[in-house]
Amino acid sequence: MTDNRFFNRSELIGILVLAVFLVVVLPLTLDVFRLNLVAKYLTYAFVALGLVICWGYGGILSLGQGVFFGLGGYCMAMFLKLEASSVENTKIQSTPGIPDFMDWNQITALPFFWKPFNSLTFTIAAIILVPGIFALIIGTAMFKRRVGGTYFAIITQAVAAILTILIVGQQGYTGGINGMTDLRTLKGWDIRPDHAKVVLYFFEVGLLFACIMIAQFVRHSKLGRILVAMREKEDRVRFSGYSVANFKIFAFCIAAMFAAIGGAMFALNVGFMSPSFVGIVPSIEMVIYTAVGGRLSILGAIYGTLLVNFAKTSLSETFPELWLFGLGGLFIAVVLAFPNGLAGIWGDYVQPRIDRLIASRKSKPDGWTDSSVADGAPAE
Amino acid sequence: MLVGHQPKEFLLAVEALTVSFDGFKAVNDLSFYVDENEIRVIIGPNGAGKTTVLDLICGKTKATSGSIQFRGKELTRMRENEIVKTGVGRKFQNPSIYDDLTVFENLEISYPRGRSVFGALTFTRDAAVRDRVHEVAEMIFLKDRLHMNADLLSHGQKQWLEIGMLLIQDPDLLMLDEPVAGMSVSERAQTAELLNRIIKNRSVLVIEHDMKFVEDIAHKVTVLHQGQILSEGTMEKVKNDPKVVEVYLGH
Repeated sequence: MTDNRFFNRSELIGILVLAVFLVVVLPLTLDVFRLNLVAKYLTYAFVALGLVICWGYGGILSLGQGVFFGLGGYCMAMFLKLEASSVENTKIQSTPGIPDFMDWNQITALPFFWKPFNSLTFTIAAIILVPGIFALIIGTAMFKRRVGGTYFAIITQAVAAILTILIVGQQGYTGGINGMTDLRTLKGWDIRPDHAKVVLYFFEVGLLFACIMIAQFVRHSKLGRILVAMREKEDRVRFSGYSVANFKIFAFCIAAMFAAIGGAMFALNVGFMSPSFVGIVPSIEMVIYTAVGGRLSILGAIYGTLLVNFAKTSLSETFPELWLFGLGGLFIAVVLAFPNGLAGIWGDYVQPRIDRLIASRKSKPDGWTDSSVADGAPAE
Repeated sequence: MLVGHQPKEFLLAVEALTVSFDGFKAVNDLSFYVDENEIRVIIGPNGAGKTTVLDLICGKTKATSGSIQFRGKELTRMRENEIVKTGVGRKFQNPSIYDDLTVFENLEISYPRGRSVFGALTFTRDAAVRDRVHEVAEMIFLKDRLHMNADLLSHGQKQWLEIGMLLIQDPDLLMLDEPVAGMSVSERAQTAELLNRIIKNRSVLVIEHDMKFVEDIAHKVTVLHQGQILSEGTMEKVKNDPKVVEVYLGH
């Protein structure tokens, strides 16, 4: 059943199709502005990928992934902001050398927790570890006490709300509601011009595939099967000698770290970070991407994210006030009619036809869509 | 709460065990001892506290007071998964298996290796695992269904699968809650044969209503009534106990 520790044959085809789509097709067909939009959408794909592991496989619905997306994003933004706030760039401030929003808030020295973010190495470690450790603390506090299901979802929402309020309230340390804007260079390399956007896009796609590989490895390991088992019969897993809480904590931490990588890439690609990506609404939107793509499908979550975001961009340009209703309606429709999302539709309707076509004509099907989305999932 | 030292030869020593649910004592000051390689059957009317006793031993329910010692280790203070690791296996009344996984994967998860998070990530399906899964699958009559999803099995087959999942854990104390309930006559006969094979070299604690089945396998019978022991001894002795006849066997 398992050809190797990462994927079987049809999953490999699916991953290759996605790679061709992201690495060849999109860059050749889109202009830099649109490609940068895709880069922005893909930062959410990291979150969706984490939710597949955590929610799809582990059954742990987190409505607060924006927290980890935000923590990763803010870590990256703090580094970029410090670099953009060199003494010569900020000499008109009353205290030169600190970020502009601090100066506006009468802060006269860099706060202690900002100082390590002068180092890129520290920043990269912090992007992974800060959200990872935060998820570990929340996970330990909740899962060891056997808080789960709806209660857990509500608590993650509360955390998202609290963090937003904290960021907005501590304007002098965080940039408040405006967030951290005017991010310019990464180690002297300007992140704003078109060619930098292209480089960042390819770097991000590379990271995304690294995360897909990690997710595939987790899913094909015994741990992946234990997550599925736990989702259904938590007690049985306990009485097979496993600590259910530890496995849930692991799934939650992986999802948090993926989300944080997405957040960091967001800060780089979009050039700013603000509390509007941390709170309850963005967190729920991220769950919708996963649901639309198919919560049991690693690749489906990525297509789902891209599709919903393309729809969001084009629809919200034409019907700004209708978009939110559209998104809500889409979520309800998917959950009621297609609980396994796009991947489910693919596996139930498209894949069988292609199989028949191949069997009868022995000709290759064309089209960009991924062929393993559905049969990749071991479970309904 | 130390209630004296018991002689080492008991595998399981339950002493003064009490559990109270909002004042209702489901198990009340219960004491009994199980020897190595003993097959003990617990019988009693509905609501006597039979399943609660198993829940207490395996850690699903926490005791209000009293002690449960297994090979000298106090179980009342341990978590469920730690109790499993000391060698106690439990089968639930309704078949409790993983419907979304195949029979093979169900058995593999129960194989006692790689139980930590890291261990599960690096677990490899090597020859030892495969051989053991095939061996157990053959014992539980599911050899040719290894790659079938477990939710497609019949009720009886699900019961066997759960027994198989316990078997692969190789516990020293096997606890079975109504293993033949809801089975057809032929499945029942097969299950009795299966149980007779797997109870060798281990102690077994069984809850069962089927008296014929109890007579076949029990070394000793404990009769529970309202959370307390009504009678204990060989089947012969228990059957002729007037108190037992009155509350249970008389019906």
